[in-house]
Amino acid sequence: MSYGSSASACRALLVRDFSLVWRRRGDALNPVLFAVMVVMLFPFALGPEAAVLARISAGTVLVALLLAGLLSLDALFRSDLEDGSLEQLVLSPHPLPLLLACKILVHWLTTALPLIVAAPVLGELLYLPRDVLPVLMAALALSTPLLSLIGAVCVALTVGMRRSGMLLALLVLPLYVPVLIFAAGACNAAQQGLPVLAPLLWLGAALALALVLAPLACAAALRISLS
Amino acid sequence: MNPLLLWFHKLGSPPYFYRFAGRLLPWLWGLALIGLVAGLYGGLVLAPADYQQSDAFRIIYVHVPSAWMSMFIYAFMAANGFVALVWRIKLSETLAMAAAPIGAAFTAICLATGSIWGKPMWGTWWTWDARLTSELVLLFLYLGVIGLYHAIEDRRQASRAAAFLALIGIVNLPIVHFSVKWWNTLHQGSTVKLFGPSLIDGRMLWPLLIMALATKFLFAASLLSRARVDLLELEAGKDWARQVALSGERA
Amino acid sequence: MSEFFHMGGYGSYVWSAMAIFIGVLALDAVAPLIKRRRVLRELRARVRRAQKRNEESV
Repeated sequence: MSYGSSASACRALLVRDFSLVWRRRGDALNPVLFAVMVVMLFPFALGPEAAVLARISAGTVLVALLLAGLLSLDALFRSDLEDGSLEQLVLSPHPLPLLLACKILVHWLTTALPLIVAAPVLGELLYLPRDVLPVLMAALALSTPLLSLIGAVCVALTVGMRRSGMLLALLVLPLYVPVLIFAAGACNAAQQGLPVLAPLLWLGAALALALVLAPLACAAALRISLS
Repeated sequence: MNPLLLWFHKLGSPPYFYRFAGRLLPWLWGLALIGLVAGLYGGLVLAPADYQQSDAFRIIYVHVPSAWMSMFIYAFMAANGFVALVWRIKLSETLAMAAAPIGAAFTAICLATGSIWGKPMWGTWWTWDARLTSELVLLFLYLGVIGLYHAIEDRRQASRAAAFLALIGIVNLPIVHFSVKWWNTLHQGSTVKLFGPSLIDGRMLWPLLIMALATKFLFAASLLSRARVDLLELEAGKDWARQVALSGERA
Repeated sequence: MSEFFHMGGYGSYVWSAMAIFIGVLALDAVAPLIKRRRVLRELRARVRRAQKRNEESV
């Protein structure tokens, strides 16, 4: 029996996932709204003084986006698990890491990209200094794919669990901490006028590593969970 | 076949391991207790007071061995996890999962005693420097492994998933170890060295090394104790487990 | 002796650290013993149920 090439399989998977998201495109706004809510809580909690908020602005935006991304991680495999296509994916003759990389790509484009677009607005809500914004955007561009990749591995471990929300957070947050440290480090350096290249390069290196290793780890984790 | 190799293979069988561990346990507890008494006596009574920290430095005798154990146990857990994932050896799965709560206990002790030591010495209960933060992350990794293990129904699948998570988190271990070297930390650098002379007085060093040995025996004893119970639970349907339950043995 | 407990003024710190060390490790040592009792009890119940089933089917 002959089957198509891996490239056409990936294209088919990308088209399918995009179509599924497009049919529920309203839901794509939910993480953004959540992030806005979280950011709005801080002026209420800490007082509206501009100096205080500007000091914490970059870090708060990063944490808000991180949490919003965390909440949307569950959607990565949930619908596929429920209709049985996840097992078809695992059984397919095409390399599972490649297929999973495509799924993670679609997930990042549809959940993280709206958040990144919203980041300048969120920054404004907290009086983010103008010259920190480009560094924040660079840090987000490098760290959000990292978060999606690491998150995907942990979601693969908990796929199929009914009440996995808190457990997923517990699993994923220790692994998110180094990413957050470097992203926030870059933003804090920018805020203090120090060079920002080093932490951004670290993020880039970690991203390069994760792009290769995370799909492999995700595939292995999925095979364990579905065994 | 080489008798040592044969014995090693036999050890992988749950009933054989159960009996072997049962015979070892009293010795391990005994050695652990002796080591603890000797180490704590040496550290609390015999060792001279530090010229800078006076008697407060004696916390080192529980803080540092706990820190060493927190990392050693994680490496042990990850190694057994690797064996469990690659070769699916039941005993490795059990040992890896039994080690996790013990590792978490030592990590918690390290963080708590470190915090207590920090208050008089640094003037603060906590600081977000690289060593303390990475050790805290280590605690959360342990808790994540334990949480994942208990969340999955099938015990063998659960241990493999948790072992996989432990392997992913192994990257934190070199970060904890080298944190005082790579970053500017409040926590002091390494004084006890594996190769070359240590930067600590000999009269203060020997109780520390005894405590390190004693905590290893404690870990071994607790590990075997937990592994035996976990094996009984895992193999509940098997004959050997039934025999154990019916014989009503106490040991 | 009282100097031993005083620990150069740091007594409360040193002894609370020792207490945490001993306490947590004692808990860690006792926990499997408690679990063992439960597991053995359940195993014996399981054996009894299996025996009863065998007797009833004979």
